[in-house]
Amino acid sequence: MLTRRVIACLDVRDGRVVKGVQFVDLIDAGDPAELAWRHAESGADEIVLLDITATHEGRATLLDTVRRTAAQLFVPLTVGGGIRTLQDAEAVFAAGADKVSLNSAALASPELMTEIGSEFGAQAVVVAIDARRDPQAADPVRSARVYTHGGRRDAGRTVVEWACEAESRGAGEILLTSMDADGTRSGFDCELTAAVSTAVGIPVIASGGAGSVGDFAEVFTAGHADAALAASIFHFGVASARELKAQLAAQKIAVRYPC
Amino acid sequence: MVTVVDYRAGNLASVVKALQKLGAEVCVTSDCGDVEAAERIVLPGVGHFQATSRLAESGLKLSMQAAMTRGVPLLGICVGMQWLYEGSTEAADVAGAGWFPSQVTRFPSGGEKVPHVGWNQLEQVRECALLDGIAEGEFAYFTHAWRAPVNPATVATTEYMGSFAAASQRGNVCGVQFHPEKSGATGLKILRNFLEMKRC
Repeated sequence: MLTRRVIACLDVRDGRVVKGVQFVDLIDAGDPAELAWRHAESGADEIVLLDITATHEGRATLLDTVRRTAAQLFVPLTVGGGIRTLQDAEAVFAAGADKVSLNSAALASPELMTEIGSEFGAQAVVVAIDARRDPQAADPVRSARVYTHGGRRDAGRTVVEWACEAESRGAGEILLTSMDADGTRSGFDCELTAAVSTAVGIPVIASGGAGSVGDFAEVFTAGHADAALAASIFHFGVASARELKAQLAAQKIAVRYPC
Repeated sequence: MVTVVDYRAGNLASVVKALQKLGAEVCVTSDCGDVEAAERIVLPGVGHFQATSRLAESGLKLSMQAAMTRGVPLLGICVGMQWLYEGSTEAADVAGAGWFPSQVTRFPSGGEKVPHVGWNQLEQVRECALLDGIAEGEFAYFTHAWRAPVNPATVATTEYMGSFAAASQRGNVCGVQFHPEKSGATGLKILRNFLEMKRC
């Protein structure tokens, strides 16, 4: 049976792992290569490395980080942050990434998804969506909006409509981050995840808000998520992916366990 | 020495790295002479079946077919495995190698999500060198939308909207639909089995 994936996410700035609470208050949590390896050894199904250094100097550091991270990693590695052109993607793949995650670049030039997809396959293209519910709307979930620039800028699109467009343009997966839930450790936005996951035919990775085993169980059932991503829950020893999956397996949720 | 065939179909970095991790000396090439002289061949491939048309155009198809007939161990991964069949509905005008019978077809729509992405279980249907030491139900990482049917060449199946061929072997020619280079310890064990396969 196809299992639900538990993905460890490393937010990286200037070559170090950091993790924010609602995208601010960054805390230094270690070396990305070492942490990625440790997560894979402790049962993570996949690693996502998101570079939040936006600067030009940071790009060379990122490629070096990807190279070092990929060197000892034998589970899928997704890299995102600052990938704006086919050439950027090529460099990241050459450094050892299996997938790239596109966020604002996909909004600015949607043809980029198709370009990368036709060169490297749709499975290599993940479209990351930073989403926030619209509290003013009659249906805050269906009207949830896409944000860019760390949540500062409204992209002028609704989440469900953008996810569907990404699929039609050849994205292989959607990485959906709830900015309302991100860093709160109070649970994923299951309603929003379900709205997106049932609207598209490609896998949806839920992100933002993981704080307990129950949160994962809920997003895999009520949230219809194909995968769920967490960062701080693992970094600070709250639970390893293996412990988490053992408990999910006990609740009859299909996960890769033993692992 | 393992010869990894480069036909510009996606990303070779991961498979090369995994083979090197297992101590193999790796030669990445798109040269027919190198492939004809190879002791062991890996045909990777992610992306579209159309890309395999370059194998025929470049002469690599003939080189690999000659090697396969001589008993040189060959492992096709993902689209590389699909190419070992007669063809794929993904690019109906491109012929595969025909080493395994039948056509590769897309998962049906309207059921589960397509592509099939993630970790799924292997069910071995007959003994084979490639899956030696792999337990029933071990997990491998898949990412694909087309798949080969179960037939006498199939050595392991996986369930996703029915059963499909997760691994096939005839003689020393093997194919895996999953990515052993991304399947953790299970995948590395399968690659090691391939590296230890004797030429027959």
